[in-house]
Amino acid sequence: MAEKVLSWVDERLGLTGVYNLIFDRKVPKVNWWFTLGSATLFLFFLQIVTGVFLTVYYVPSPDHAYDSIQYIMNGVTFGWLIRGIHHWGASLMVVFVFAHMLRTFFMAAYKFPREITWFTGVFLLLSTVGMGFTGYLLPWNQRAYWATTVGTEIAGTMPLVGGFIERVLRGGNDLSAVTLARFFAVHIWFFPAIIAGLLAIHLYLVIRIGISAPPKRDE
Amino acid sequence: MSDTHSVERRDFVKIVLAFLGTVMGALIGLPAIGYLVSPATKSRQSEAWVPVGLLENYPVGVPTLFSFTRTTVNGWEKTVNSFGAYVVRSENGEAKVFSNKCTHLSCRVTWKEDAEAYLCPCHDAHFAKDGAVISGPPPEPLQAYETKIEDGNLLIHVTEG
Repeated sequence: MAEKVLSWVDERLGLTGVYNLIFDRKVPKVNWWFTLGSATLFLFFLQIVTGVFLTVYYVPSPDHAYDSIQYIMNGVTFGWLIRGIHHWGASLMVVFVFAHMLRTFFMAAYKFPREITWFTGVFLLLSTVGMGFTGYLLPWNQRAYWATTVGTEIAGTMPLVGGFIERVLRGGNDLSAVTLARFFAVHIWFFPAIIAGLLAIHLYLVIRIGISAPPKRDE
Repeated sequence: MSDTHSVERRDFVKIVLAFLGTVMGALIGLPAIGYLVSPATKSRQSEAWVPVGLLENYPVGVPTLFSFTRTTVNGWEKTVNSFGAYVVRSENGEAKVFSNKCTHLSCRVTWKEDAEAYLCPCHDAHFAKDGAVISGPPPEPLQAYETKIEDGNLLIHVTEG
């Protein structure tokens, strides 16, 4: 019976084909270094889920940001767990993305025909770091405040356009409620959307071209 | 396949996977549900006797509104709720005090002298001076507070907020 229902559905959705294409791909004999991309993908999903849950209680306003996080940590059931996973997952994701890049570089996997995969990867790395930078301000504690003061100040040292970029990042001359609101918006909407789009291209290319074999010793 | 294998390897793997999947799903799912419903499990109500002033200052037979606030903590914030009580002093030195909260869907009712009724603006409910439903959708009369008088002061027993 279940078999019948499944085949009825599959006849219409054709998911078996999609499944085979994604999971039954031919891959060369590889090692554990080749799991870093999947690990990063898993961490990205983990960040999405825990991040969505955090927005249930977090309020991006100078009046409430700090207190709402105190509430998540001390008042909400398992709030410490959700935030803890988001916190450590963020650091881990940067580490994994970076290790993934190093592996690709040292195994020369970025070469023809995988240049576009590499390009999207570069922007995925930058977006991940951007997620880290924007997320760092959201707790609105001393560390967050001064890290963002310094971070935006660094952008301000750029010749000619520095001052303008700094004001765009801060939403004015000072670190304020405007800064917190725009960092929050960029953190939960802009960057996730950019990452999702780049990720789609990245994974499409991985499936279309296939992954490269580790280079041989005499190559 | 010998008869000693009552469970096939394939089925064994399936059962173990289903079991582990359920355990892991519960480990992730239950904290997630707890996280979402958490505030609902922690809301508390506190009761208090609220003084509404000297009884003799209230006019006899005319419902007079007394407003007060109560403070509770929701999440990380203090929430100040406003309450209204209609004090109806009777000639024998007693008083009836009604909540101005409509028993239909909690809009606030107002005493209208010309209509001789408490009117609710939301669904046009009418309550009589003694709180009874005259017309409209409310399922029960206005809630009457428990009252007591101490040294001429009228107090009402508030159990919500």
